[in-house]
Amino acid sequence: MANVSIRRLNKKYDNGFHAVKDVNLEIRDKEFLVLVGPSGCGKTTTLRMVAGLEEISSGEIRIGDTVVNDLPPMDRDIAMVFQNYALYPHKTVFANMAFGLQMRGYTKEEIRKRVHEAAEILGIQALLERKPRQLSGGQRQRVAVGRAIVRHPQVFLFDEPLSNLDAKLRVQMRVELKRLHERLETTAIYVTHDQVEAMTLGSRVVVMKDGFVQQLGEPLELYSRPANKFVAGFIGSPAMNFVDVSISGDGRWAETQGLRVQVPERLHAHGGKRVTLGVRPEALRVVNGADASSFATEVDVVEPLGNEILLNFRAGGVPMVARVDPGVRVKAHESIRFAPDPERLHFFDPQSEAAL
Amino acid sequence: MLIERKWKKWIYFYVPMAVFIVFTLFPFYWMAVTAFRPDNELYATWRQPNAAPLWTLQPTLEHVIGLLKTTAFPQWLWNTMAIAIVSTGISLVCGTFAGYALARLRFRGSEFLGTAIFITYLVPQTLLFIPLADIIRDMQLGNTPWALMLTYPTFLIPFCTWLLMGYFKTIPRELEECARIDGATRFGAMVRIIFPVAIPGILSAGIFAFTLSWNEFIYALVFMASAEQKTVPVGVVSELIRGDIFFWGQLMAGALLGSVPVAIVYSFFVEYYVTGLTGSVKG
Amino acid sequence: MNEAIAASGRRVQRVSRLTRILESEKVLATALLGPGVIILLVFIAYPFVMALWYSLTSIRVGDAGQFVGLANFSKAIQDTIFQQAFKNTVFYTFWATIFKLALGMWLALLLNRHFRFKRIVRASMLLPFIIPTVLSAFAWRWMFDPTFSVMNWALYHGGLITDRLPFLSSGDWAMWCAVVVNTWRGMPFFAITLLAGLQTISPDLHEAAALDGANAWHRFWHVTWPLLLPVTLVVVVFSVIQTFSDFQLIYVLTGGGPANSTHLIATYAYQIGVGSGLLGEGAALSLFMFPVLFAVVWVQLRYLKRMDNA
Repeated sequence: MANVSIRRLNKKYDNGFHAVKDVNLEIRDKEFLVLVGPSGCGKTTTLRMVAGLEEISSGEIRIGDTVVNDLPPMDRDIAMVFQNYALYPHKTVFANMAFGLQMRGYTKEEIRKRVHEAAEILGIQALLERKPRQLSGGQRQRVAVGRAIVRHPQVFLFDEPLSNLDAKLRVQMRVELKRLHERLETTAIYVTHDQVEAMTLGSRVVVMKDGFVQQLGEPLELYSRPANKFVAGFIGSPAMNFVDVSISGDGRWAETQGLRVQVPERLHAHGGKRVTLGVRPEALRVVNGADASSFATEVDVVEPLGNEILLNFRAGGVPMVARVDPGVRVKAHESIRFAPDPERLHFFDPQSEAAL
Repeated sequence: MLIERKWKKWIYFYVPMAVFIVFTLFPFYWMAVTAFRPDNELYATWRQPNAAPLWTLQPTLEHVIGLLKTTAFPQWLWNTMAIAIVSTGISLVCGTFAGYALARLRFRGSEFLGTAIFITYLVPQTLLFIPLADIIRDMQLGNTPWALMLTYPTFLIPFCTWLLMGYFKTIPRELEECARIDGATRFGAMVRIIFPVAIPGILSAGIFAFTLSWNEFIYALVFMASAEQKTVPVGVVSELIRGDIFFWGQLMAGALLGSVPVAIVYSFFVEYYVTGLTGSVKG
Repeated sequence: MNEAIAASGRRVQRVSRLTRILESEKVLATALLGPGVIILLVFIAYPFVMALWYSLTSIRVGDAGQFVGLANFSKAIQDTIFQQAFKNTVFYTFWATIFKLALGMWLALLLNRHFRFKRIVRASMLLPFIIPTVLSAFAWRWMFDPTFSVMNWALYHGGLITDRLPFLSSGDWAMWCAVVVNTWRGMPFFAITLLAGLQTISPDLHEAAALDGANAWHRFWHVTWPLLLPVTLVVVVFSVIQTFSDFQLIYVLTGGGPANSTHLIATYAYQIGVGSGLLGEGAALSLFMFPVLFAVVWVQLRYLKRMDNA
């Protein structure tokens, strides 16, 4: 059973910086868990502690049934793919992939078998005798993944492996990694700052900020039921629109200048309060007639993307973005009318930023 | 305009360059000419009307042969080479290990040790030679090559450590981390992965140390007494002057032949040497 | 504690106990630094302390002597030869460093261009620095020889002198000759290091300055020189330390003569300590170098720290 259990994990550096704060994660066997968040949120530090490359300040990490806090990396039966691939420059691709197996005393025959097996999965058989400096970025990345696969470890660790690839290659590799995971069925922990990667690759996603876990859940859950304003704004692109509103005394309407929306029933108790309203760009429909929740505004900038159009405008005193069908004909400085989907409104406490 | 540019180039570049080259290389030319010139030409005074000191029309090997046969010069060459190789070897091993430890490992006192090693680089040999002579004698190493093989590392190790520390810092940490995850121990990762990648740096340190070792004089002068144990610099200085008479022909032959081995080794490793030189300054 | 995760069918590493102990950063660091530190302790730290002790006693060859406090030092200060030696050392270091810096910088600027045979020229320019100082100093001594000097010959036949120049036979002349030889020897070190520094300066900066109307000298003074200052400082400090404690060159060129007028601190210390066997006094003499060297190093470390923090 290759589950990974992280309990009350903390990392404090010598200069006082508290990078990881009381993180609790139960990663299930065969799961692909993504740690995502902005730079400095603690995701990489957490990963490195699981790998044994950083010392744990307090807390416990278990792989399977074993507490690994004090085990050196070589005893943890894990493999890692680094952002810069970390291929051994003086060894051939074959030797790079064989190194881990050599360290563990496998016979030459077995090594050959495993390396060829992994090379076939990744399509790099032709590169086995080359040196890293003769390979392209995408090829190097495959070798790095191959090096991890040959060991058949209990857990795969990925540290932003796609960040150094160009956009097109990144999309391609994303699909391949997902396919690979389905084939190998090995537990994986994947760190990235890119929320698109998180959403497409993860079976569950952990959003981190400032060393804390903000939310843990399946991708769609993070998207439709974000636990706080940060997660709401981090997941989804273009980001969710936020505006401060006041809820009417009876709790049924939330309004600010030029904008008025219906408050869902469960929140009618918050009458009279000021809260933050969040609406995703894709939750705004273009309407012609004035209905209760619609508002009119002037379009600032039009960004046609081909499959959709992004409209930039101001409402409620703040800049906003809406995502509309390519069929919508509107030009800059023209007026337009939007209505938010009442099922897809989010409300957040203005101080704690938690979802209401 | 074009004509002006051309003479500008001549004045600002070619002429100064030529002067520098002549200034730099003339003494070596002079060494060579003197070494192969017969005595009668050699000792023509400067004012003698038919003196033609810049070349010789009757080159001779008598000085070279005399040097090789009547003095212990071949022995000095052997000594110097052996001592240089061994002390460079010792210093490279110690310097590589120490440089790695200071660059990569985290432990208390690493900054202090780094500074301390740097400081020892600056303690000149001319300060230590008096008490060192006593220590060498107490260890009964006086007049043996080991006196130098053990003391030369004192100025070679700090340099090698300093240089290699800077070099190791340029090697990405991920290589070691990956090796350790792959199953290597810290020591194994260091030896199997990091050291091979650091070979250019090690070569730079090595060639620089080798030339420093050839150049050392005062320890060899003080610790080595008998003619057969001397190194080339000491031998040439002390044995080729008999009484008050300088045998310039043999002296220059000795200087020339003594310079050749270092120059040859250097010529194979020029790029590495330059890297070592500049690396030691950038630190 | 040390159970590795061993799932069925996987091999467990067979690693010796020794390598496991070396897993700890502290232990490994000690093992790696050990040999070097021991050598430095035995052959530098310990002798240094001994030198301090010797300088405070009247020890001489064959006679352990007794504690005399600072008598050796005060004797040195009153010794006219030592005073001359100290002045000589300062003079020698000062002028040689200035010349080395100026010529080295000029040479570096010349070498910074592209021209045929550049690699060979650059490699051969380093020869004075590579060749053992003692051997090349002898060549220079031969070139300065009173009776047979080739330079006198050249100057005479060029019609510039009628009587020979007393290169090494007069104290003042000899010191200048020593400066020349030291410059000859040390200039490549400056040149090559400054060249490396020059190559890190982006050509964009020079181009921008030229467009702004700066001529070659201005470009050098306002763009090149300030950017080279850190490297220059380090090179100068290294060079000052070496030159101030120099021994070989004077020993071969003049032996300290004529009449002890060209001694440096190091050569005089040798003459007293080894030549005359007065170990205590010799040690005291060489210790006079230490404060100057220490001050120079301290200045550099301070400057470097400031650069790091900036």
